Amino acid sequence: MLDDFVVRGVLAALGAVLATGVLGCFVVWRRMAYFGDAMAHAAVLGVALSLAFSLSIYVGVIITALCIALIFIQLTDAGQTADAALGVLAHTALALGLVIVSLLSGAKLSLSAYLFGSVLSVGITDLAVIWGGALVVLGVLWWQWSDLLTATLSPDLAYAAGIDPRRKELLLTVLLALVVAVAIKVVGALLITALLIIPASAARQFARTPEGMAVAAMIAGALAALLGTQGSLMFDTPTGPSIVVAAAGIFTVSIIAGRLRS
Amino acid sequence: MTLLAAEKVAFRYGGHNVLDRVTLALVPGEIVTIVGPNGSGKSTLLRVLIGALKPSSGAVTRAKGLKIGYVPQKLHIDQSMPLTVRRFLDLPRRVSDHDACQALETAGLTDLGLRQMAGLSGGQFQRVLLARAIIGRPDVLMLDEATQGLDQPGSASFYRQIEAVRTELDCAVLMVSHELHVVMSASDRVICLNGHVCCEGTPEVVSAAPAYRELFGTGTGGALALYRHDHDHHHHDHSHEAAE
Ligand SMILES: Nc1ncnc2c1ncn2[C@@H]1O[C@H](COP(=O)(O)OP(=O)(O)OP(=O)(O)O)[C@@H](O)[C@H]1O
Ligand SMILES: [Mg+2]
Repeated sequence: MLDDFVVRGVLAALGAVLATGVLGCFVVWRRMAYFGDAMAHAAVLGVALSLAFSLSIYVGVIITALCIALIFIQLTDAGQTADAALGVLAHTALALGLVIVSLLSGAKLSLSAYLFGSVLSVGITDLAVIWGGALVVLGVLWWQWSDLLTATLSPDLAYAAGIDPRRKELLLTVLLALVVAVAIKVVGALLITALLIIPASAARQFARTPEGMAVAAMIAGALAALLGTQGSLMFDTPTGPSIVVAAAGIFTVSIIAGRLRS
Repeated sequence: MTLLAAEKVAFRYGGHNVLDRVTLALVPGEIVTIVGPNGSGKSTLLRVLIGALKPSSGAVTRAKGLKIGYVPQKLHIDQSMPLTVRRFLDLPRRVSDHDACQALETAGLTDLGLRQMAGLSGGQFQRVLLARAIIGRPDVLMLDEATQGLDQPGSASFYRQIEAVRTELDCAVLMVSHELHVVMSASDRVICLNGHVCCEGTPEVVSAAPAYRELFGTGTGGALALYRHDHDHHHHDHSHEAAE
């Protein structure tokens, strides 16, 4: 069954969206969309460095994303606004990645796969990494759920309960780096944020509790993954962008349904 | 036994000294109220005590495993997070349905469990915050202007509830309040704060203290007294400048 590239592609997409769906809720609650975007853009630099030093792409992406997060913290501590710091970092990382790749001969083709995804070409190893990473992300979120939620709701309530909200923020940053690595082959660096934001935003329309929103986001994401891959095979369109378009369709329907209900 | 203590705590925002050598200690079963004008550092002190702010000098000590129930002066719940009242009571630790029901009933919110937090009125929101702080059976209850926005019965029931909780849990209560006349009858000890501790002691001692009178005047209306103080202050500054 796993010999079929379509099956592998669908499974890879499902693994990625389950993780992005739930983590995306935190990205939405904490308004970290731009931060997620910067980390995803940094992944392009990560890919370029991995190609240059023949490292595993996944390792390169995670390390670069974390470095960008660290530099971001330094910059904001030095008085830059978060907005400007992220803008500088995201685009610098992206541009630097593109420049480095152009210096490497023959790497151009493989980079576009990381910019826009190439889910239908994932191998068994990729599949294992994607699902492994996704399960780690989901597991940690499950284990830390209440603390993360409290810290997100109000750092002061967290402190009073003996929870250090800065640590929780760091944990979310690490998880975000993991998710970027998990999703890069599925939708590509340029569209990862879409998988974080869109399913969670669609889920917000119907949810009454944070848990409800997380589950609904996973369902919305899974639906988008299935419809998107299906559509891309039918119309011969690129799979990653097709998944995002499907997610946007689900979001639109959820908005309309939400309006009709109220 | 001391539950929570601050020893010569100082805190500065930028170059601005907000707290200056503040020392206080809480023991089980006592109700302590902090009074002081706007901007005198009351909320800052509470946030230092819960560990949200690091004192620039001095030390805060908490008893091992101390459970704090905290009601912040402001809490904004982002519209992007769906959260029912019942679910909010479960943060950070799950509570039983029985306890939650009882807490909501005591707070006068029996049927509001399934309502969204964002959809509550100011007073209802305040009642939920208090219910959540109490439900975890804290050792110390810290309330920052917890009666803001409560109606008359709500406020009266609030002070009765604090009394009851203190007796039942034998917890210490540290509250910030501007309702001077109520404070004086509801507290065991009053701390008058204006950056530093101006004076402290039983309500009788504090209300007779010159430092307290200087801040709040001798009149009955707290608001009027505060106004008078500010007014005096400005006047003083002016004459100073004129003299120079
Ligand atoms: N985040 C902040 N950054 C800079 N200064 C701050 C900050 N928060 C408070 N301050 C300053 O610290 C001082 C004490 O503020 P605090 O909130 O503790 O006063 P308060 O006694 O609680 O007043 P109120 O009665 O109005 O609640 C004020 O001068 C305030 O301007
Ligand atoms: Mg205050």
